[in-house]
Amino acid sequence: MVTIGCVIKTPGSSKNNKTGSWRTFKPILDKEKCIDCDNCIIFCPDSSVNKQHDINYDYCKGCGICAHECPSDAIEMVKE
Amino acid sequence: MTKEIMTANKAVAEAARLAKPKVIPVYPITPQTTISEYLAQYVADEKIDANYVKVESEHSAISAAVGASCAGVRVFTATSSQGLMLMHEILFAAAGMRAPFVLADANRAISAPLNIWNDQQDSIAQRDAGWLQIYVENAQEALDTTLMAYKVSENPKVLLPSMVCLDGFILTHTVEPVEIPDQEPVDEFLPPYKPEHAYLDPKDPMSIGNLADPDYYLEARHDMQVAMENSIDVIQETCDEFAEIFGRKYGLVEPYKTEDADIIFVAMGSICSTIRVIVNQLRDQGEKVGLLKIRAYRPFPVEAIDEAVKDCQKLAVVDKNVTFGIGGALYTDVKAKIHKEAYGFIAGLGGRDITPEAILEMYEKTKNPVKEVTWIGLKEE
Repeated sequence: MVTIGCVIKTPGSSKNNKTGSWRTFKPILDKEKCIDCDNCIIFCPDSSVNKQHDINYDYCKGCGICAHECPSDAIEMVKE
Repeated sequence: MTKEIMTANKAVAEAARLAKPKVIPVYPITPQTTISEYLAQYVADEKIDANYVKVESEHSAISAAVGASCAGVRVFTATSSQGLMLMHEILFAAAGMRAPFVLADANRAISAPLNIWNDQQDSIAQRDAGWLQIYVENAQEALDTTLMAYKVSENPKVLLPSMVCLDGFILTHTVEPVEIPDQEPVDEFLPPYKPEHAYLDPKDPMSIGNLADPDYYLEARHDMQVAMENSIDVIQETCDEFAEIFGRKYGLVEPYKTEDADIIFVAMGSICSTIRVIVNQLRDQGEKVGLLKIRAYRPFPVEAIDEAVKDCQKLAVVDKNVTFGIGGALYTDVKAKIHKEAYGFIAGLGGRDITPEAILEMYEKTKNPVKEVTWIGLKEE
């Protein structure tokens, strides 16, 4: 299952490590309230929000920074 | 083949020279220092084609060793006591990254109180790092074991680093005749290291020393346990192959007059020479006594020990270390895995001589036991 010494021979394979499973709370964006300030994109430490403000739940760890930084309260943290 | 009078430190350095390491990161510390000096001289004299890395600490020495080994070359390093303590963190990394290099440890006591003399506390304290540990009795065995350690460590079924443990001063600073093998048979026995799991090649990039989250860590550690179990057979096969080429026989353990013995001493390292003298002396008096020298402490060779002690009544286990709150490390391992009546003796800490009388006292206290673990040679108030 693991290689000898946990050597990784495929560069760029860290994206296979889907950290979304770590999440306890899930950010849900209400696009009606969104004012396109892009704060969520800028502050997301995992680059899990794209330019259309879609959240990538494969990697979002549910840290809640996007919801905290959102000036229009458009993001709600909902328990998984 | 040449024969020379030398210390075990020189014997280890000769073995390292014959193994042709490409990188030697080493930091001097008593009583290992002359190993680092001999190797520096060999590199300066171009007797070894190696990069001798002058580091600022043992932590750096072992870190450079791991890095070089993961780059795919054979590596040698050596240390002692506090130096091994400073290496502690990276010893685990070396084993976890499956870096198959060899470290010679000149066994010395641990501070405090500060003490430069011999016991085996330093390497025993590293027993859970995932390294193979082989304890040697004399200078010839130090040379031969260092060569064999590479072959065992580099075996694809093992790929764990090896520690060759030699008693400080008793072996490192006393001289005895040693046979130095010629390069040709050594090359035959130990061909160049061909790394398959970790190496540096820009055309074939890899990432080494990665994070392993809870999905992977347990399996990675279990693989090391399997490798350690595999190493039992690999050590024996390597010893057999070594004997065929060089004529000197070794094994996981070395039994001496154990066949009909009622009481068997179990010990590691140079003290075995003294015990053998006492065994002969007691045999002359009609006592049925033997010695089982443990060469491989990790892996712990349970089957080989069982086979050697199966017909005896009692074991007298000698430890030059202490696991505070329970006893000696070898004793507790023997108690855990070998189903025999056993008594533990803690002796020789910090260089206190283990005299023939002390060994006779252990024998007496195994024959007529008072308690399970006894400290031998304690001065009365």
